[in-house]
Amino acid sequence: MKIEALLLSVRLALCVSAILIAIGVPLAYGLAYSRWRGKFLLEAIVALPLVLPPTVLGFYMLLAMGPRGALGKLWYAAFGHGLAFTFAGLVIASVLYSLPFAVQPLVASFETVDSKLLDASAVLGAGSLRTFRRIILPLSVPGIITALVLSFAHTLGEFGVVLMVGGNLSGVTRTVSIDIYDRAQSLDYAGANRTALLLLVISFLVLSAVYGANRRAGRRAWAPWPLR
Amino acid sequence: MRFPLRCLILLSALLVFRPTCAAQEIRVAAAADLKFALDELGTHYEKQTGRKMDVSYGSSGNFLAQIQNGAPFDVFLSADIEYPRKLEAAGLAEPGTLYEYALGRIVIWMPADTRIDLAQLGWKALLDPSIQKIAIGNPEHAPYGRAAVAALRSVGIYEQVRAKLVYGENIAQAAQFVASGNAQAGILALSLAISPPMREGKRWEIPAKMHPPIEQAAVILKSAKDKDSARAFLTFLKSGEARKILESYGFSVPASAQTQ
Repeated sequence: MKIEALLLSVRLALCVSAILIAIGVPLAYGLAYSRWRGKFLLEAIVALPLVLPPTVLGFYMLLAMGPRGALGKLWYAAFGHGLAFTFAGLVIASVLYSLPFAVQPLVASFETVDSKLLDASAVLGAGSLRTFRRIILPLSVPGIITALVLSFAHTLGEFGVVLMVGGNLSGVTRTVSIDIYDRAQSLDYAGANRTALLLLVISFLVLSAVYGANRRAGRRAWAPWPLR
Repeated sequence: MRFPLRCLILLSALLVFRPTCAAQEIRVAAAADLKFALDELGTHYEKQTGRKMDVSYGSSGNFLAQIQNGAPFDVFLSADIEYPRKLEAAGLAEPGTLYEYALGRIVIWMPADTRIDLAQLGWKALLDPSIQKIAIGNPEHAPYGRAAVAALRSVGIYEQVRAKLVYGENIAQAAQFVASGNAQAGILALSLAISPPMREGKRWEIPAKMHPPIEQAAVILKSAKDKDSARAFLTFLKSGEARKILESYGFSVPASAQTQ
């Protein structure tokens, strides 16, 4: 088993889940509380990676990251090299790919905060930022954890997008799922099996931790998205 | 709401009970370097025999694993003769049907707008500082990737360019990496480099003596449903017409095939 590939996947998943929380919280706040009529369009866009095959996302990412793509041009101007086949490229692609897994539990958990509390907070003179910090955020901690864990687990298991934009560089873009695929292709079934089994166990542990925590808290409102 | 629901049910019924595939259709698993060449071969084969074929392109190693696990293919065209040999040894191929149809050639390929004078420089072009990434097939399981590494070693620049190599899952993906501009050069199958979408680019043929031969072979699988059609296809593959098409796509036909 390649420990390097596993560590790379973990590093990727950590980066991606941190970034997703940073951009997911404001996005989810907007989706949960905005009264904008076109909100459903934004909801649809956020949910797109759930239904799009990774090949579609990977294909467009590869074009966007190339020298003729907007993202590629920008990156080249800033750093002097392309974005495809780099760790940064994988992070950007994975953030898009795992976006709904962070945003949807966040929206769900923001929406279940009792509106009476929000009204009370407003009556007592708190601004929306203060209300968010003092009321919504503390009540949504389980939702935030769910978002973190799901985006981590989903990125850990990502395959199609990485295959399309990664270029299979050991230590840079050869994630654990690619490593398993490589082994299966070179007929190293024993090696593929060891890594695959490890990934299976990790994924199971992560998910049971989330569902177990949900159960103990006795609230279904912020259950991980797939079960809602 | 009733009407759309009925429509939906009807539609699903149509999808579920669609007519089964026409008889005499053979399913071919083919190495990715045959894309384009086999498309043309298929058209000729269908015209000549009135039979149909359905081709899946991919990496030979992946197909081998799938076939070992019961994938429903009739014929396997592998970029590496070792794979059909393995199937033969495991009793998964029809004995005596192994046929080496071509030798693969590799080229250095660059997009048409490159400023590098590839024809003049040959393999030295890969050392140009403007080249940040070189796409090759994954040498762990793609025969063209192995040949690319062997060629780089034989001219003694493997260690120098090693950090620039990116691996395509199969040779067609490596081609896609360069064609999309994400890599500035690639070591690709000649058959892909002269295919319509890549014809415009610059290429330099790597001399065959720089790497071990890329022996490509076909075999009929034990599990083939329609062995007659599979045999008809193999006969066609051995015909002068098929050999001409293969040659026009940059495959050299091995001496063993010419005597047949």
